[in-house]
Amino acid sequence: MRLSYPTNIKIVKVPCTGRVDVLTMLKAFEAGADGVCVAGCLEGECHFLKGNLRARKRVMYLKQLLQELGIEPERAAIYNLSSAQGQRFAQIAQDMTDIIRALGPTPVKG
Amino acid sequence: MIVGNRKSLEEILELVKPYKKILLLGCRECITVCAAGGEREVGVLASELKIARKKEGGDIEIKEFTLERQCDVEYIDQIKPFIDEYEAVVSMACGAGINYTADCFPKKIVLPAINTTFMGVSTEQGVWSERCQGCGECILHLTGGVCPVARCAKSIFNGPCGGSANGVCEVNKDTDCAWQLIIDRLKGQGKLENYEKIIDIKDWSSARDGGPRTRIREDLRLN
Repeated sequence: MRLSYPTNIKIVKVPCTGRVDVLTMLKAFEAGADGVCVAGCLEGECHFLKGNLRARKRVMYLKQLLQELGIEPERAAIYNLSSAQGQRFAQIAQDMTDIIRALGPTPVKG
Repeated sequence: MIVGNRKSLEEILELVKPYKKILLLGCRECITVCAAGGEREVGVLASELKIARKKEGGDIEIKEFTLERQCDVEYIDQIKPFIDEYEAVVSMACGAGINYTADCFPKKIVLPAINTTFMGVSTEQGVWSERCQGCGECILHLTGGVCPVARCAKSIFNGPCGGSANGVCEVNKDTDCAWQLIIDRLKGQGKLENYEKIIDIKDWSSARDGGPRTRIREDLRLN
């Protein structure tokens, strides 16, 4: 497909989004990341049954923590897509980058 | 278990405002099980505090440490070698643990990060519910294992009161009437005759009303 997506995105691989903890995402913000996007499998198609659903709840919880910190909750997001949807991944990467660009850099210096 | 809630970030930030080097102390007992002050929550709060400080252009040094228990001197002693390196301790234990850490290090500023709420159970993952008030005089054998002291808003014996409607308490529509639960439980057990027994007026001196309580087992004491 030779698709390209914004180079500012750093990929952190996890075996399942169920592995993603609130602290994992907070640490990214602590280190100065401008946003965190979790890319999980399609809902209902988790190999471990509920990993992506749990990740969604954790992202929602993270948004609350960011709100408490006075950081825009839009800086955290979760999307669902399958590993066969390269095009969608590239699109999400672009969309997320656009959202963060509009918000500007995080006030947290890493 | 003892159940607690973490204080709001705003409140904790206000408490730690004067300090740049703190010891954030978790507890691996009840407060870990109720997901308020265990190792994981210590990590989350530490990260939040660092983000908040960085956001203002400041910095804070935090040592994260979680003790087996903060209510036993053997474990609290573990922080003795390094506690003086920190300006203050922020404890994520229940009220008992926070008290005891402060008792063991009377010169140290010990700040609470938890509001301790009740003694209860986990009815499902992520949900905790009150079951005991530690009144010191258990009558669960008469009430089918449902405590009217902890689970009735009025803590009345020989209920229900007039505020019970369709099994729900007048205080809150999400709260079951404890006396309805008791009657249903006794009925299910074929022990409704227990309900006929008039429970004596409660002697509250065994509860908190008699002042702080102490329990001693002489055979276990070392000196």
